[in-house]
Amino acid sequence: MSADTQPARLPDDRAQGVDAACEACRLCQGPQLWGIDLDEHDYLVALAGSPNVGKSTVFNALTGMRQHTGNWPGKTVARAEGSYIHDESRYRLVDLPGIYTLITPQAEEIIAHDSLVYGRADVTVLVLDASQLERNMSLALQVLEVTSSVVICLNLIDEANRHGVQIDAAELEQFLGVPVIPTAARYGRGLDELRAAVHAVATGARETKPYRYTESRPELDALLDRVTARIESDYPGVPAARWLGLRLLDGNPPLVEAVRQGDLRELQSPDGEGAPKVIRLDGADNGQRGSQLVAWIADQAAAVPDFYIDVVGLLHERASELTAAVSRRERKLDPGATIDRLLTSRWFGFPLMLLMLAVVFWLTIAGANVPSAMLATLLIDSFHPALKGFGATIGLPAWLNGLLFDGVYLSTAWVISVMLPPMAIFFPLFTLLEDLGYLARVAFNLDALFQRVGAHGKQAMSMSMGFGCNAAGVIATRIIDSPRERLIAIITNNFALCNGRWPTQILIASIFIGALAPPALAGIVAASAVVGVALLGIFLTFVTSYVLSTTVLKGEASTFSLELPPYRKPRLLATLYTSLIDRTIFVLWRAIVFAAPAGAAIWLSANVMIGGASIAAHLISMLDPIGVLIGLNGVILLAYVLAIPANEVVIPTVLMLTVLAGGAVGAGAGTGVIFELDSETAIADLLIGTGGWTLLTAINLMLFSLLHNPCSTTIYTIYKETGSAKWTAVATLLPTFLGLATTLLVAQVWYLLT
Amino acid sequence: MPDNTNTTLADLDPGDRAAVIRIGAELEEGERRRLLELGLFPGTVVEAVLDSPLGDPTAYRVRDITVALRREQAQWIEVRHVS
Ligand SMILES: Nc1nc2c(ncn2[C@@H]2O[C@H](COP(=O)(O)OP(=O)(O)O)[C@@H](O)[C@H]2O)c(=O)[nH]1
Ligand SMILES: [Mg+2]
Repeated sequence: MSADTQPARLPDDRAQGVDAACEACRLCQGPQLWGIDLDEHDYLVALAGSPNVGKSTVFNALTGMRQHTGNWPGKTVARAEGSYIHDESRYRLVDLPGIYTLITPQAEEIIAHDSLVYGRADVTVLVLDASQLERNMSLALQVLEVTSSVVICLNLIDEANRHGVQIDAAELEQFLGVPVIPTAARYGRGLDELRAAVHAVATGARETKPYRYTESRPELDALLDRVTARIESDYPGVPAARWLGLRLLDGNPPLVEAVRQGDLRELQSPDGEGAPKVIRLDGADNGQRGSQLVAWIADQAAAVPDFYIDVVGLLHERASELTAAVSRRERKLDPGATIDRLLTSRWFGFPLMLLMLAVVFWLTIAGANVPSAMLATLLIDSFHPALKGFGATIGLPAWLNGLLFDGVYLSTAWVISVMLPPMAIFFPLFTLLEDLGYLARVAFNLDALFQRVGAHGKQAMSMSMGFGCNAAGVIATRIIDSPRERLIAIITNNFALCNGRWPTQILIASIFIGALAPPALAGIVAASAVVGVALLGIFLTFVTSYVLSTTVLKGEASTFSLELPPYRKPRLLATLYTSLIDRTIFVLWRAIVFAAPAGAAIWLSANVMIGGASIAAHLISMLDPIGVLIGLNGVILLAYVLAIPANEVVIPTVLMLTVLAGGAVGAGAGTGVIFELDSETAIADLLIGTGGWTLLTAINLMLFSLLHNPCSTTIYTIYKETGSAKWTAVATLLPTFLGLATTLLVAQVWYLLT
Repeated sequence: MPDNTNTTLADLDPGDRAAVIRIGAELEEGERRRLLELGLFPGTVVEAVLDSPLGDPTAYRVRDITVALRREQAQWIEVRHVS
């Protein structure tokens, strides 16, 4: 087959691809919000490439949007779309998820594979990492097999140069037969040339003659020609017939099955959203033609015993030669190698990791204090009375005024002031470490431990993320390929003590445990107790992973391969912006959605009376015996039930309920109004005096705060990510039972000893 | 366990370079493919670059990427030392 016999375009194929793209993508509300009509475009451009080569950076630079970017393969999971105008033509740009290979795509690569092979964009911009050209060249050679309208964006050219590698783009362009544009997208270099090249290819002003590596070995070429001819005569107009033939010769099981069935449905889109895209091959004969074709191809393939090795071996050979021919490399000392040796060394690897973790927490907790207090003053001390006054002025009935402002508003305000500042500090810090490439080294260091419990080293990354927010940690497990190991990471994420629970831990530890030590040491002792709880969480992560992987989630550990990306300088402002938008605001929004109804429930429980006592009072006396059995009390248990939606309001709810149940005079702001007291002494007086708390209550509350059901934001996220009610239930109930069992044990031992 | 007379990827210490001889048939097909796709082809020269603090996994330089493999895979990849 020669370059000009491109498979004909299916008439409705393009539209179909875009619809599916739109459905599968959660991010494209962006441009619609800005009132840009995406349907009006002249050319469709697909942006493809391996993970971490700068696709999203190119996308952002071209469209002016702000997709999340980061130095970690597998960031862009959903597709993003945007548009730009060049020379009066409207371009719609689709940022595809990363892909390493078209030959055996993994589940998370299917969207990108299908869009590239069947999607038929007007132009495919293939982004390559110039600093890892050889590996990227393999993908380039595959893409050139399936489409001719390609523009190669040779990105990260600055990185390549920094490592002492010079690439002759003109020579590469000559060889590949498509435009090759060197860029440093992060610094905006080469983008004008890129736009111009895309335009030239889209309008046909620039003709391309793509290099086809499969033509470079005559036997392979002849075989593929034969197979292609047969496929094209069986199914006139089928897209990418030659590539289809290659993969059928390789015997790719889902594809063979699809052809037998008579349509090209491969797999569901990995996030389960959006209908699977189907290209009907033949409807009339019930796949008979497909079965015959598959049988015929199997015959052809029998003549080539190890077709895969041949095809991929040739690919690597060509990619290797080509890279060598166009690049000049001077030996340069790589400072990254020295840093790596230190960060992963036997003696310093772990201490440096702990130090980094401690610094991140310290910055988060210390840095959040002041803004949290300011937000609380504003939202709670000023706005709350003002809103209530306003409610009274416009004549709201007292119950409605209370429900709306004491219940719904106050809870939401509380969650915002407690949650926003630490998240706004933790997530950017975390993203910086991620951007730098350090988190991949953490995964590398910790893999030995995760391996022993049958889990994946990348779980280290989702676990660390969980210290910020478990919902975000659950989402972060997407970088783990194997479903089994990913599920283990999801179920155990709740054992990472999240930001929402740190304030409870710190408060209770200072009041009850710090107080045991002489005043000079109180701070250190309290802090150690909190760190102890967090370490217990890490320990339980390993234990639970082990138990899961030897029982319900038994199975072979999947192939482990973890790439250590080269260190890259993170971009401070962009990081701040994207981590605020992508993570902080996203998580905060979900928390608010759940906090508002929780506020209503808390208020109602304290104000609706049944037989002379509030619902809360009834529940507290019902729960009290169980509470005492496990070393807690009815107030705490009820607070945990009411505050499932947001762990942040546990302490204010406990205080409010303590006043309610104990009838303390003068404390609090009214029935059902959650509150915090200004001094720790005042809180201690209330809890010990009115609530009757002991050291046991404090210890068990700290344990229970680590070990109970995830907050509802996280539960919802687990359901979204697993799509399974069963695993969501396991992830919810497992820590709860563990918490009940642990506190019961501690309490019973305590009662025996005292 | 692999035959002791042969060197495997798992025997390399950081700084050692070796050429791949073959990827053992003991590995499951999907696993073999992944390794091949990384570029671990017969003839490819690989360098061990880093041991993790607990000794396993080890990071290797394959073509222009650094990738960490566990011993349970590396031990099936036969290699020959090169200088
Ligand atoms: N030095 C440099 N860094 C870049 C360039 N393009 C992207 N990056 C960085 O590479 C990392 C990965 O980029 P991203 O766009 O998320 O890659 P994607 O996974 O392909 O979408 C980010 O840290 C970017 O800031 C570039 O041209 N030069
Ligand atoms: Mg991306």
